[in-house]
Amino acid sequence: MHELSLAASIVESVTESLGAYPGGRVLEVRLKVGALAAVAEDALQFCYGVATEGTALAGSRLIVNLLPVVMHCEQCGRDVELAGVQSFRCSLCGKPCFDLRQGRELEIEALEIDEGEIHTDQVRA
Amino acid sequence: MTTRIVELRRGILKKNDELAAVLRERFEAVSVLVLNLVSSPGTGKTALLERTLEALKAGGRRAAVLAGDLETDNDARRLGASGAPVRQINTHGICHLDAEMIARHLEGWKGVALDQLDYLFIENVGNLVCPSSYDLGERIRVALLSVTEGEDKPLKYPALFNSADTAMITKIDLAEPCAFDRETALKNINEIRPGIRIFETSAKTGAGMEQWVQFLYSEAR
Repeated sequence: MHELSLAASIVESVTESLGAYPGGRVLEVRLKVGALAAVAEDALQFCYGVATEGTALAGSRLIVNLLPVVMHCEQCGRDVELAGVQSFRCSLCGKPCFDLRQGRELEIEALEIDEGEIHTDQVRA
Repeated sequence: MTTRIVELRRGILKKNDELAAVLRERFEAVSVLVLNLVSSPGTGKTALLERTLEALKAGGRRAAVLAGDLETDNDARRLGASGAPVRQINTHGICHLDAEMIARHLEGWKGVALDQLDYLFIENVGNLVCPSSYDLGERIRVALLSVTEGEDKPLKYPALFNSADTAMITKIDLAEPCAFDRETALKNINEIRPGIRIFETSAKTGAGMEQWVQFLYSEAR
């Protein structure tokens, strides 16, 4: 259960990158989470609500895009997507795979930001 | 309201990963081999380390330990009996060690200079989930599984076993009373992390310790 630490890291990262958008408010945070990232989405959603309270992220949506494991199969010479995380064998030829190409991601992909009202003088300027 | 999509592509654990990379460089620069021991509580990480420290000392090697637990300095006291420098990290509720804790506990560690060490063992908090996400700058991550835990642990906790560089089955002296199915356990580890090197040890009888210590010798630079 380290989802609260993760939620706090998300708030920290997003708050930092908001520096370029003074007065901006976050509407949505999109994550990429690999199947081997050891993250429980329900727990993360709950902790996100807690961690964002009183920040520029308060009330924002957290979208979790789950990524399957992709291994490179030496036998087939190509990247193959695994159906789950119970067997690290090529889904085509059945040989064990050693080279992980996707599945450990724990990444903030993008944000949707409300930049606020654009004042007419700003538009003219 | 004006909305904008901002591409970030930033790792959530970026700060940890960056600090771990700095630590790894620091460890490599002074040729200290750092191992991160991960397992559930009660697998026998501390007992393994007691034996390991003894063997390394007899072989003239210098080792130190950072021992992680939520509370108590029991492990540090147990391991300190070997004469090796041991420092306890109490996380007070946090379920894993992170790179910042390692960096902080390397500072001001009385009588310990990294460049005087051959090995630094990090005994992680007993947990089969969270430690898999946190790089500590180690060169070798060892995932341990005791015969009392059941052969299917690697299947139940694939993220951790898949992140390991080496695996170890501990308490093999108890294999028979526990009706431990060795072949199934080895097969399960191999399903999750094909080709991984697997040690089988008993800290109580010393079985398998020679292969493990030989491995430590061969990995040191």
